[in-house]
Amino acid sequence: MPESIGTTGLIFNEPLLWEKSSRGRCGFSLPANDTGDYPVDPGLAGEAPDMPELSECDVVRHYTRLSQWNFGVDSGMYPLGSCTMKYNPKLNERQANLPGFTGAHPLLPPGLSQGLLRLMYDMERFLAEINGMDAVSLQPAAGAHGELTGVMLINACHKSRGEHRTKFIVPDTAHGTNPASIALCGFKPVALASGEKGILTPESVKAIMDEDVAGIMVTNPNTLGLFEENIREIAEIVHAKGGQVYCDGANLNALMGIVRMGEIGVDVMHVNLHKTFSSPHGGGGPGSGPVCVKKHLEPFLPVPRIEKNGDAYAFSYDHPRSVGKLHAFYGNVGVIIRAYSYILSMGPENLRKASQLAVLNANYLKENLRGIFHLPYDRPCMHECVFSDRKQEKNGVSTLDIAKRLIDYGFHPPTIYFPLVVKGALMIEPTETESKETLDAFVEICTVIAREAEENPELLHEAPTRSKVRRLDEVFAARNLCLKG
Amino acid sequence: MRYLPHTEDSIATMLESVGAKTLDDLFSHLPGDCVMKGPLNLPAAMNEWELNRHMDALASTMCAMPDCTAFLGAGCYEHYVPTVVSNLLGRSEFLTAYTPYQPEVSQGTLQGIYEYQTLVCRLLGMEVANASMYDGASALAEAVLMAFRITRKRKVALSRAVHPLYRDVVKTYLTPLGFEIVEIPFGEDGRTDLAAIQNTSDLAAVAVQSPNFFGCVEDLTGISGHAHRNGALSVVSFTEPIAYGLLKNPGSQGADIVCGEGRSLGLTQSFGGVSLGMFAAKMDYARSMPGRLVGKTVDKNGRRGFVITLSTREQHIRREKATSNICSNQSLCALGAAMYMACLGRTGLRDLARINYNKAQYFRELLNKAGFETRFESPVFNEFVVRAPRSFEQAYNRLAERKIVAGLPLAEYYPELEGCYLMCVTETKTKDDIDGFVKEVKACLNR
Repeated sequence: MPESIGTTGLIFNEPLLWEKSSRGRCGFSLPANDTGDYPVDPGLAGEAPDMPELSECDVVRHYTRLSQWNFGVDSGMYPLGSCTMKYNPKLNERQANLPGFTGAHPLLPPGLSQGLLRLMYDMERFLAEINGMDAVSLQPAAGAHGELTGVMLINACHKSRGEHRTKFIVPDTAHGTNPASIALCGFKPVALASGEKGILTPESVKAIMDEDVAGIMVTNPNTLGLFEENIREIAEIVHAKGGQVYCDGANLNALMGIVRMGEIGVDVMHVNLHKTFSSPHGGGGPGSGPVCVKKHLEPFLPVPRIEKNGDAYAFSYDHPRSVGKLHAFYGNVGVIIRAYSYILSMGPENLRKASQLAVLNANYLKENLRGIFHLPYDRPCMHECVFSDRKQEKNGVSTLDIAKRLIDYGFHPPTIYFPLVVKGALMIEPTETESKETLDAFVEICTVIAREAEENPELLHEAPTRSKVRRLDEVFAARNLCLKG
Repeated sequence: MRYLPHTEDSIATMLESVGAKTLDDLFSHLPGDCVMKGPLNLPAAMNEWELNRHMDALASTMCAMPDCTAFLGAGCYEHYVPTVVSNLLGRSEFLTAYTPYQPEVSQGTLQGIYEYQTLVCRLLGMEVANASMYDGASALAEAVLMAFRITRKRKVALSRAVHPLYRDVVKTYLTPLGFEIVEIPFGEDGRTDLAAIQNTSDLAAVAVQSPNFFGCVEDLTGISGHAHRNGALSVVSFTEPIAYGLLKNPGSQGADIVCGEGRSLGLTQSFGGVSLGMFAAKMDYARSMPGRLVGKTVDKNGRRGFVITLSTREQHIRREKATSNICSNQSLCALGAAMYMACLGRTGLRDLARINYNKAQYFRELLNKAGFETRFESPVFNEFVVRAPRSFEQAYNRLAERKIVAGLPLAEYYPELEGCYLMCVTETKTKDDIDGFVKEVKACLNR
């Protein structure tokens, strides 16, 4: 085994919280009960909840040890396709954790919350500018929440015109959440296959577009990492029949300062602040999925909107055609602050540069890995590229084996078995924050793994061998359901 | 730019390797009419010092402790966040990880979430909890949708004493699908009045909140009983989980689905924006639940480990037939809540809840003496409704100018409660703070 950046490291075993519990311990400093005891109705009072009892040091060691079992962007390259795991600047953490922001109640009178109102107002303007759109709502708490909001806007717009459309077109290169978001709005998803070049053809859209179709949900660049080059023509076809174009903006990292969706026929899109705008993903959230629209959809945006009158900012609820609210308050403000801070740190030139370098890195990997893995769509890619396990299949080595072996060498695996249009897909998104040296190391390790697949496939079947746990039995978990201790 | 590691040399080498001359060439396959002309119109890049100064200035305008005192609750409570929680949660191994799709290198997140699910079940008296939803409001909306799926009925009874903004969110989620909401009024005691739905049939669920928007503790046993007698599910939401440190949990009172906002468990207020939708149910309904679930399993060597499980309910597998479209959730917030519950433990949570309860009773007594009338004579947790003396509105504005927020005026949400205010106090306010505030209010009223 060649020298790698991963070793077994300083990894401790650690029991479950309650396995460490000892009656009488407490890791919390309680304030004084200085107002005396008031009687509690015995019919309402319950037992004290059965929480584990631990000292502060117990809790600290527990979570420190757990944290060491995790791979994060700060640990190494995390090339998960369509997830844009770029480096998250530490400076943004400082801003989000300023006491004025963290200590603010959401129902403060506007006079006492001007700073965040202004920040959110400006953030809406920034996102509108980057995407060539007219209006923005920051309320959706994640990408899929933004999708849901966007489809609701299209639904409300059709209804306001007295139209009752029932179908929504979803290409096979769309993200997995798309059909579910469509169903939540009562539409029936209609699948659309991409063409031979891995992108949509105007002819295929034309063939299924009719007056029952509310819209089309395009991911651009799509999940093959390819730019939907026919997007303008497709938008014209959809618009001609009264439909609307939704763009899943999860892959915006390829396009900042280069393409603006609002200028190429898209009516509504969401962006993932936790991807393109570098907010840490927290092991699965919080995210933030602002939705950006063209003028005709603005009246339907969620309330509250933020308004500026002179130098004063305020929330406004008086929007009778609004779809309503999708979050108790205003969305994941902490994530919005981090993304705002990122945009201001970068400025327009560096945002564009980031997209250029993200695309350069993906193409560099595509060129350097093409001899190692099968490349199903040999075309210039955007921010990610998709390979398959076809070359390794003959030795009984699958995409899963390759992914697990990467762990042994200190890399997080790419996205696997997605998109569904490629059998045994390996979807690699390096992002712009990985240096040439890191990419070269990744290529070198992939070369080693490909050689192992030829010479000693068993090494890959056994992988990972150097992680805290070996391959986990997912079938056992589903059949012997144990969801709590 | 320090976030971009590329040197001019490496860019040149890499461009050559991909067969391009310039960075712009990388986009030469894009149709010309798709590429934007000219630069983005955004502020010029700020250096670290400029950005810090700018953000400090914005943050300084916000009303927050200690320069500002707010007696505001209404779904977002000022609780002390132990330094341990913010410190551990800031560890980059937790912070900078993605969704745990590769369990062998995500055991930290996975065990942490499995423990969170367990603690949530214990707190709420339920059998299964998911890995989190966006917030309390969307969790309630998803709970109602789940009740529709289970019962195959199309009507939900929703108490008017549920947080008004939560009811707005439920309405938004239900509108496109054409489901019907029947509102249940609240009685003179501020609690849900089931009399109004005695004759309403064909309900998928009866949905309430406890403690409710007015801080009043609901009779959950009675409500669940009513729901079950009518073939409906009992859905209980909450905005203040600390209350269950003292009060009977919803599960022990017959609730089928329990959901709410977990921000009080060690997360900051952040303008309502670090939320945690908690979601739990009876085991029978596990397969109908929205959101991600973490389950226990074994690895190749028989060692204990954790994975995402029952994914066949989820959108990436079941697509349009999924139980929900939720993908990214509030994972880090869930982990923070587990850390918080671990710090408090059984006695800590009990004592903290007791202190919150006591302070509200004391505060209400003191306001009563100052001429504020208790609007609802029900047991309350850490917030309550009072009718203010006539001249209070001006006093409220004068206090606000001095960065004191004297509760939430309710007329905007409930026109019939004109002149009433929702007051809240938690462990973060001392007896002196409360005494001092009531003294200020009296002085303002007498001016």
